[in-house]
Amino acid sequence: MLAAIRPSDVELPLFLHVLGAMLLVGALLVVALAIARGWRTEPEAAAAPTRFGLLTILVGVIPAYVLMRVGAQWTEAASDYPESFDPAWLGIGYITADAGALLILISAILAGIGLRRLRRGGGLGLGRAAGVISVVLLVAYLVAVWAMTAKPT
Amino acid sequence: MELYDWLLFLHVAGAFALVATLVLYGAVFAGAPGQLSGPLTALGGILFAVGGALTLIFGIWLAIDVDGYELWDGWILAAIILWLVSAEVGRRVGRAVAADGEGTEAGATGRARTLYWLLAAITLVFLLLMIFKPGA
Repeated sequence: MLAAIRPSDVELPLFLHVLGAMLLVGALLVVALAIARGWRTEPEAAAAPTRFGLLTILVGVIPAYVLMRVGAQWTEAASDYPESFDPAWLGIGYITADAGALLILISAILAGIGLRRLRRGGGLGLGRAAGVISVVLLVAYLVAVWAMTAKPT
Repeated sequence: MELYDWLLFLHVAGAFALVATLVLYGAVFAGAPGQLSGPLTALGGILFAVGGALTLIFGIWLAIDVDGYELWDGWILAAIILWLVSAEVGRRVGRAVAADGEGTEAGATGRARTLYWLLAAITLVFLLLMIFKPGA
């Protein structure tokens, strides 16, 4: 019932947080689909979808993550929770967000190197690694969405 | 977990699916390779249908279940009308994207792009309504 009683100055940061999270999930889906498509085709045809997936990490996943994370921090600050407030759902949110940041950073590095190698005919392995990470992130963020909405104790 | 928690989770999960549809269609417009645009469009269509159903069914259920909300509240009525408009616009966007040479690098038609941005604007207003709940 928190949504029904939250203070009004939480709404803008919450909007940005939710919008960022939704865009993040969509962008990760594009990455996973693109790299899976490249994985299932002949090596010479795999470069284009893999390149598109890796580019999506850089121009889609990272900005969406920043919006989600900044919105989350701003929402918590605006909510003015007491010092002792430490529910499980908030912990799950922090764990998935911060572990997700590490995985997104690794993906970004893989994307940067992979894009350079793709120009020389390599880089598919790095792309596949980034694709696997994007699937792991999707599962983690599904759990986070459940935790943020269902708010388990 | 109470009924309210499950209803909210399924409602919000539907909203995530709707925004994911926008991102998938946006990827086609942004120049996804031809071999990728088919799967992007197909998954987008599935997510739009599932997300639309989840948001409407569980949104109405929430409005009935939660004390203090009524189906005839202005922001809820506005959301239901927007849902109806977005269902039709989304259907047309899906068809336009699929028909557009399966998203080849020639890009989408101007009409498809216009419909896409209309759907994006409706979705944004939807999200604003759900978060700010004007008049609630």
